[in-house]
Amino acid sequence: MEEVLNSERFKNLIKRRWRFSYSMLAVLFFVYYGYVFTISLNKEFVAQRVGSHATVGIVMFLGVIFSAWLLTIIYVVWANKVYDKEVEEIKKML
Amino acid sequence: MAYKFGEPNAVAIGCFALVVLLTFAVTFFVSRKQQQSAGSYYTGGGGITGFQNGLALAGDYMSAASFLGISCMVALKGYDGMIYAVGWLVGWPALMFLIAEPLRNLGKYSFADVVASRLKEGPIRTASAVTGLMVVISYTVAQMVGSGKLIELMFGIPYTMAEIIVGTVMLMYVIFGGMLATTWVQIIKACLLLFGVTVLTILALAKFGFNPMTLYGAVETQFGVEMLNPGGLIKGPIEALSLGLALMLGLLGLPHILMRFFTVPDAKEARKSVVYATSFIGYFYLIIPIVGFAAVALMGKNAITAVGSGGNMAAPMLAQLVGGTPFLGFISAVAFATILAVVAGLALAASAAIANDLYISTFRKGQADENEKLKAARVATMIYGVVAVGLGILFQGQNVAFLVALAFSIAASSNFPALFLSIVWKRLSTTGAVMGILFGGISAMVLIILSPTVWVTLLGNEAAIFPYKFPTIISLPLAFFGSWLGSVMVPDLEAQEKFEKQKIRTYLGVGVDEASDH
Repeated sequence: MEEVLNSERFKNLIKRRWRFSYSMLAVLFFVYYGYVFTISLNKEFVAQRVGSHATVGIVMFLGVIFSAWLLTIIYVVWANKVYDKEVEEIKKML
Repeated sequence: MAYKFGEPNAVAIGCFALVVLLTFAVTFFVSRKQQQSAGSYYTGGGGITGFQNGLALAGDYMSAASFLGISCMVALKGYDGMIYAVGWLVGWPALMFLIAEPLRNLGKYSFADVVASRLKEGPIRTASAVTGLMVVISYTVAQMVGSGKLIELMFGIPYTMAEIIVGTVMLMYVIFGGMLATTWVQIIKACLLLFGVTVLTILALAKFGFNPMTLYGAVETQFGVEMLNPGGLIKGPIEALSLGLALMLGLLGLPHILMRFFTVPDAKEARKSVVYATSFIGYFYLIIPIVGFAAVALMGKNAITAVGSGGNMAAPMLAQLVGGTPFLGFISAVAFATILAVVAGLALAASAAIANDLYISTFRKGQADENEKLKAARVATMIYGVVAVGLGILFQGQNVAFLVALAFSIAASSNFPALFLSIVWKRLSTTGAVMGILFGGISAMVLIILSPTVWVTLLGNEAAIFPYKFPTIISLPLAFFGSWLGSVMVPDLEAQEKFEKQKIRTYLGVGVDEASDH
């Protein structure tokens, strides 16, 4: 166990896991706060028309919900394809 | 003849009876073979898949308040309701990135297990159980008071009676079937709610030629373009920041949501369940505004506010308009089932905090056999049920909207920092964790009292001492500061050593507690 704990490979796995998580979180914050800050600071922009009756605000609403969903999908694909594979490899060392 | 709200509604009561019978049958069927132990009482025995847990998480989270409340907010305030809806969703990806997997790998029955796993059990479990319970109780009172009023309006059942029915039916699920039955109630409720809202949206959109543009056009012609644009919800960037932090990170500290992660076998399924939950909840919040806009376009604001309960009947009224009294009955039954499922989830979280964290682990130092543990869990559930009904009746007619803000703020400022730091920060010590929980929890509570929602609206003062509705902008940094200060003042070398050893479990999932006690 000590061997695994001290191995570069395991340390790297943890580093990569958090680097990926924090980057995804940063994207989430950017999308969500981008949305609410735009609303609080630039109401004219949000009120602009898209098509006959929709507004930029409505499009942004759809965009944030879709992005939040997409981010969870990206995370799971990454975890299944990259993280889990490495975990299986490291477990063999135990 | 159209049904009048507040009178006994035979179709609604019939539909509701059917839903209750169905859930009782499923409860009985699934818990027949279940092993009787505290472990399976809290976790459901380990046979729950990621997909099932995703649905159950959605069932736990999509409350009657969000179904009726957000559709009503869109109907009366337009676009502001949509901004609010987005906030309720964005916590889910954050939950996935930061805590879902380590939580599953380190915990057993409640989030306090994770925090206590390398720190001193007594103080940690006591502190997290207390803040956990405060979150659960605030959330419960908000649900109970709202639901009593709703049931009164939709079924014509008197308020006190409605509270007692909610409490009794909920206790029957939880006491007899534990987490497994509760999970199935939440799954059934999530399916019914998603189905009901989908049908409602389709029927409503049919009135506008299945074109949302026509719907927006109708809203604009009748009520002006302001309905489609942001109004007064977001007053400035700091308000927006504080609201976002509370809603987003509050989810990561809700004990009844976190508890659901111990029902799945491993981190992989935990991950999957977040994707499914986010998909269902995202879809729900995507179509709810259509219900609100259609309600106001077809019926007008005055008709909606005239029914009472602050316009919360917008969605049921729309159901009656587009689908007649039978469909109204169905939607009412779904709303009732929604309340039951949410309260049942809260009851389990409360019983884990009272029976496992406080009584068995702290007071009895873990010295209890399986029978005693199970008995303690059931007694704690019973106590919670009685308290919930009692508080529900006591707070009748009160404005309890601030309680949801309070629940999310405490969750975001005390449960979340403790949980998150225990996972990622090696130097977190027992003193640090407890100080963080206290700093965050107490400041969140005090600032909510000084905020506009309580200080002005409830207590009738001229101006609020703290200008923002959510205190997270102050309380969350305070919680992190408290954790840092305590950990520097009283470092815990043993905990740091355990942190290193625990990594095998946190990241590789080796040696995790099974979701059952086989």
